[in-house]
Amino acid sequence: MPMDSRLLHDLKKLLGPRGVLHEPEDLMLYEYDGSVEVARPDCVVFPRATAEVVEIVRLASRHKVPLVGRGTGTGLSGGAIARHGGIITSFARMNRIVEIDAENQRATVQPGVVNSDLSVAVEHLGLHFAPDPSSQKACTIGGNVSENSGGPHTLAYGVTVNHVLSLEIVLPSGELMRLGSPALDPPGYDLTGLFVGSEGTFGLVTEITVKLTRNPEAVKTLLAVFDSVDDATETVAEITARGITPAACEMLDGWTIRAVEDYVHAGFPLDCAAILLIEVDGLREVAEAEAKDVADVCALHHAREVRVARDARERDLLWKGRKNAFGAAGRLAPSYYTQDGVIPRTKLPATLRGIGEISKKYGLQIGNVFHAGDGNLHPIILFDERNEQQFRDTIRAGDEIIEFCIQMGGSITGEHGVGMEKDRLMPLLFSEADLDLMRRVRDVFNPTGMLNPGKILPISKGCGEIYVRPRPALAPPSA
Amino acid sequence: MNVSNAMVLSRLAELAGPSHVTNDPAEIATYQIDGKSPAAVVRPASSEEVAEIVKFAAAEKLAIVPTGARTKLGIGMPPRQFDLALDMTRMDRIVAYDPGDLTLSVEPGIPLHKIAGTLAEHRQFLPLAVPFMDRATAGGTIASGVDSPLRQIYGTARDFVLGMEFITGEGIAAKSGGRVVKNVAGYDMHKLMIGALGTLGVITKVNFRTFPLPRAARTCVATFRGPTAACEFRHGIARSALRPQSVEILAAGAGCDPLLGRRAAVSFEDDRWSVVVSFAGDEPVLDRTRRELQGLARGMNQNSLESFTELRANLAENVNRYIADLPAAILEYSPAAAIFKVSALPMDMAGLAADIHGIEVPWLVMMRGLGVTYLALLPPDRSEGSLRVLKQECARIFSLSERAPWGRSVLLWCPSELKREINVWGAPSGDFAQMQKLKSVFDPSGILSPGRFMGGL
Repeated sequence: MPMDSRLLHDLKKLLGPRGVLHEPEDLMLYEYDGSVEVARPDCVVFPRATAEVVEIVRLASRHKVPLVGRGTGTGLSGGAIARHGGIITSFARMNRIVEIDAENQRATVQPGVVNSDLSVAVEHLGLHFAPDPSSQKACTIGGNVSENSGGPHTLAYGVTVNHVLSLEIVLPSGELMRLGSPALDPPGYDLTGLFVGSEGTFGLVTEITVKLTRNPEAVKTLLAVFDSVDDATETVAEITARGITPAACEMLDGWTIRAVEDYVHAGFPLDCAAILLIEVDGLREVAEAEAKDVADVCALHHAREVRVARDARERDLLWKGRKNAFGAAGRLAPSYYTQDGVIPRTKLPATLRGIGEISKKYGLQIGNVFHAGDGNLHPIILFDERNEQQFRDTIRAGDEIIEFCIQMGGSITGEHGVGMEKDRLMPLLFSEADLDLMRRVRDVFNPTGMLNPGKILPISKGCGEIYVRPRPALAPPSA
Repeated sequence: MNVSNAMVLSRLAELAGPSHVTNDPAEIATYQIDGKSPAAVVRPASSEEVAEIVKFAAAEKLAIVPTGARTKLGIGMPPRQFDLALDMTRMDRIVAYDPGDLTLSVEPGIPLHKIAGTLAEHRQFLPLAVPFMDRATAGGTIASGVDSPLRQIYGTARDFVLGMEFITGEGIAAKSGGRVVKNVAGYDMHKLMIGALGTLGVITKVNFRTFPLPRAARTCVATFRGPTAACEFRHGIARSALRPQSVEILAAGAGCDPLLGRRAAVSFEDDRWSVVVSFAGDEPVLDRTRRELQGLARGMNQNSLESFTELRANLAENVNRYIADLPAAILEYSPAAAIFKVSALPMDMAGLAADIHGIEVPWLVMMRGLGVTYLALLPPDRSEGSLRVLKQECARIFSLSERAPWGRSVLLWCPSELKREINVWGAPSGDFAQMQKLKSVFDPSGILSPGRFMGGL
């Protein structure tokens, strides 16, 4: 559907000719995010200030055109894709750190600030922003707020919502509103807590006040190598049982290790079944004692080798191996599909066996990378999207993995969001009454549904509908 | 009640069983909120029963207030209408506890101490060192939104409640979140239930993340002359690498009973401001933390440090319990007390403390290191004259706390008489319109704890 020329004219008048993209060749870049979903917006706009966002919302509302917020498009569930066309509002030009208040350990940022840029900006103060998605060098804090993003270190430090104090938002009505407060416990319902993770369906965020976390005095990163996956998962269980909460506890299986090593050269052994990447931090004495305890547990569960990173460079290399696992998988097949299921961590061994069986059933290569400490799985299914049958099998295998997670008492998404990828799976987790209430909660903020339509909540009742998925992207960017 | 009492009682008896419904005057009087008694008390045993009772109440326009151990019904405004007390204490089961997953799922009526007992068997706990913890239930603790000194390191319920099941004002069973520690599926409606005083739904299940119990802990008390040095000490700790479990600043004005302080191992005399710091870990960590705390305290203006002591182990435990329970101790000591919760940025705490000095009623203050202050005004009696002065001072605290950027006050507890003239929530916030709309989604006929929350919700 071509864009209403009046609307386009008004947008250009508001933002200048360079603030609006509408030629098909320009829009192609905005069809994608980090997921396998695709849909083309009618135009992309680039506001520079809150007042411009308010005007954009008013124009879209007046013309009854869908509006979708977007950071850098690293999302993994289609959250920033214009499923039903309309206007994408990119926050690329609203990327200013508004205020750093070191003494109160707070920062106020515009939504387009890149996650790791904030941590870099406060490093000299001995502080950082704790949520650290693997895409942290590219993803924006506005996007983190929308998706309630996690990351490896959320095991000890919590996800985005645990670090967001206050938001300035624009409602579809064009009304500007502040939720929460930089001071703790503002009276009233916790609208900030509700808003974080609403995936752009409640309002557009124009300013965010976050907590900054004091850098730990000491960090120890351990690499433990196992010849059996069960040994690795049992190690994770015993670390928890001993009362240790590592800052991070990540697992990669043998296939993924080989893919990563070939690409990143992180020093992972090629002939093992699994590795654990475990980080402990805190006071020097805490980090040292916990590192020793963790190493003991690994040895007890037949770790072939336990290596402690000697310095920051070695540590960075180990983390580079982990954070580039998706990119490495992308080199081995035309496409891949990453799942984001969650299970209670004690169910890890059973779930990995389950995934192995699904892999065999469909003859698909599935690599396993996951946040073992909190039971958040990221199986990577490799496929060739030119092969229709394989594509359909991939989607089915992904769904079966998710169904398995739910049977284990888990969830369909731990940190990637529901978006347009898992909305049809929501009825597996929530009753019609739950979903209906969620729909009415969304309507409080977004009564006409113009903001990010077709996300989170399934369109039809039940999950019996045949889902026709758009053609996937070629090896999407790394997660 | 706007329907015939007999009809209501017989219907409730059908829904919950005859022995779990009462309108006995002596019994219903124990469910009073600000002097208002319900017409009847009903004690459901299951989520299904709660749903049926709420459906019935919605049809008959009966106002419901869910209750637990009834320790915090004084929080908030009096209900506009109060027909049924929904006593949740029969729903007191641990539904699931998976120590290996660090997750716990409970019914709302379970007492916190019962949870603590079960978790301790696996060397785990919930960081809810809240007022009335010897009696309080999980549901009441969550619904009232009270916080704990342990928030310094563990956060509040907002950070470790993983999901909930609840019954809406239409009697519909709904849920959000889940039972895993990481989950972003759907809108986190349970976040709204925390601190909502039962105005949005009746909580029927709460899923928590549990935590490993620290192996050992110690407590030190540093006492300073004047609030500035005490706050500086707090700032010093925040800038250091130390990760204490709690940092609480305590002081009191003239006329406050010294006993209240002695039980917290602090002195309330002569403008003494004490900082009670608890920390956990293995011996080397404890030794170093103590040493560095002492160094920080001494590093303040030499003349302002009065003393620095480490408490003996059993005393430390009692002191920490007492501090966590302090609002309860104050209310027991002085039932006419007015207790404020003031939120401000940590760096504005010293200014707030200095302002408190001018208050003309005996006062006691407890400031949590993260920027939450409990300020109690202790009138000598409940006479008309005393209440008049109390009211004036309360109005002064509302305006004084709002002087700091982002400062806000809520009057958590106060004599009912004051609530006729003061709104304990202060002025509604800028996002209040959204809260009103949410209230009408969750409770369209306005029967859940009507009027108790901010802005008459």
